[in-house]
Amino acid sequence: MNTKVNIAGVELKNPVMTASGTFGSGAEYGEMVDLNRLGAVVTKGVANVPWPGNPTPRIAEVYGGMLNAIGLQNPGIDVFVERDIPFLKQYDTKIVVNVCGRTTEDYVEVVERLGDTEVDLLEINISCPNVKEGGIAFGQDPKAVEAITREVKRRAKQPVIMKLSPNVTDITVMAKAAEAGGADALSLINTLTGMKIDIHRRTFALANKTGGLSGPAVKPVAVRMVYQTANAVKIPIIGMGGISTAEDAIEFLLAGATAVSVGTANFFNPYATVEIVQGIEDYMKRYGVDDVNQLIGAVR
Amino acid sequence: MAQVKIKARVESQVQLADGVYSMELLAPEIASAARAGQFISVYTKDKSKLLPRPISLCGIDRERGILRIVYRVAGAGTAEFSAYRAGDSVEIMGPLGNGFTLKDKKAILIGGGIGVPPMLELMKELSCERTAVLGYRDQQLFLKDEFEACGPVCVATEDGSAGTKGNVLDAIREQGVQGEIIYACGPTPMLRAVKAYAQEKGIECYISLEERMACGIGACLACVCQSKDVDSHSHVHNKRICKDGPVFAAEEVEI
Repeated sequence: MNTKVNIAGVELKNPVMTASGTFGSGAEYGEMVDLNRLGAVVTKGVANVPWPGNPTPRIAEVYGGMLNAIGLQNPGIDVFVERDIPFLKQYDTKIVVNVCGRTTEDYVEVVERLGDTEVDLLEINISCPNVKEGGIAFGQDPKAVEAITREVKRRAKQPVIMKLSPNVTDITVMAKAAEAGGADALSLINTLTGMKIDIHRRTFALANKTGGLSGPAVKPVAVRMVYQTANAVKIPIIGMGGISTAEDAIEFLLAGATAVSVGTANFFNPYATVEIVQGIEDYMKRYGVDDVNQLIGAVR
Repeated sequence: MAQVKIKARVESQVQLADGVYSMELLAPEIASAARAGQFISVYTKDKSKLLPRPISLCGIDRERGILRIVYRVAGAGTAEFSAYRAGDSVEIMGPLGNGFTLKDKKAILIGGGIGVPPMLELMKELSCERTAVLGYRDQQLFLKDEFEACGPVCVATEDGSAGTKGNVLDAIREQGVQGEIIYACGPTPMLRAVKAYAQEKGIECYISLEERMACGIGACLACVCQSKDVDSHSHVHNKRICKDGPVFAAEEVEI
């Protein structure tokens, strides 16, 4: 049985990755799950300098999901290179670094710093809804998407995954723009911008007022967008959005994703990632699928 | 010990006051490692609610393998917990957080409202001279008897129906409570006042904080508080309440 998949020339032992921002750099969840079992660990977004993030409250629970407005708190690339990459290198898993920035120069600086490290893939976050500069500002205009993709690609030594926002009228337009800019792969979806109001205190549940919606509630939207995008571009797609079980992951593969990322599910089931790895194998046995690649985009 | 997520058996459930419940959970592997001031994540069975509820440990019985939580029903999640009966099961993760560091100094243990429960296990574990100062809304003085079994107790009530009328600091002043170290848990305004009091008197002070949490283990960075020093995780000034806390030296955090 083959569970290996290929993203831009990087072979993952299975299609299960973590979703950026939900798994740190693996140290905390590594106490509970064997990171060697994962196809890849995708780190929390890292910028050129430390970012303090947003005021609290940063999260709120909503029906079937949650809102977050962490605001990309991160230690900056220096600490990351010194501490987090060596930590992850102890494990037999691929390292995907999520890169964030306020300006194109910020992104490029991080990408260049990572050039001579043992990182396997770069995931460029142009879709965070919770920061005023950078993030989503790059991800909602096809010209900006193409321009930043091209600039990052020009400086990057590793293959580049562009992480797209669902907060657009037509995600295939952004996907095609990233592909035109030279992206090697796409990640989708980032969170959907949402809001919750505390009716007892008559105020916003989040200090940031708005936050990104994630969890099972967003899954049908994400499956639809993965399907549409898979039919619009030739580059591989990493699908995410509410994946909590192997069944959810298989839905994304069938819709056209080459790999999947597990995010919010880690919060209510810290063992979710490894259970999904096992569950995909069980599904393949049950249906006599000898290569996981046969599932990718099998529903048209 | 690293935390584990397990299915625990409910051993008992009793209502202590309006909206305040005491539940005992059979969880030997967590109980054997847990310390006063730590907490557990409790998961609802209703899957429309994704996130665990962080609840402090009120009691740790290592011999029987039992954890006790005393919690207030604040929404639909805790309402679900309050309906559990002996024999039911519930998913929990723990032990989480750092807990209190026990020092051999004449202690004042301050609990306000639903911050009272975690102080009980500390009251039991300390062997030095200690006084509990407990703040309640009214005469429903939940857990007071159990504190009294360990040492002297002063009470403050908002409505003046028992003890000193006012807050925990009014009780400390009125009843002349003395100590060399303060341990406190309660609402943020209370902790702010306790921190200022300790500073003014030059008393060592540890406070237990709370904030909305998602992962409970330090990965998601939802539950940060502003810290005086640069934190070890992000090298900014944001300590993680779930992982670096919930107990902090008062001067270490901006509240």
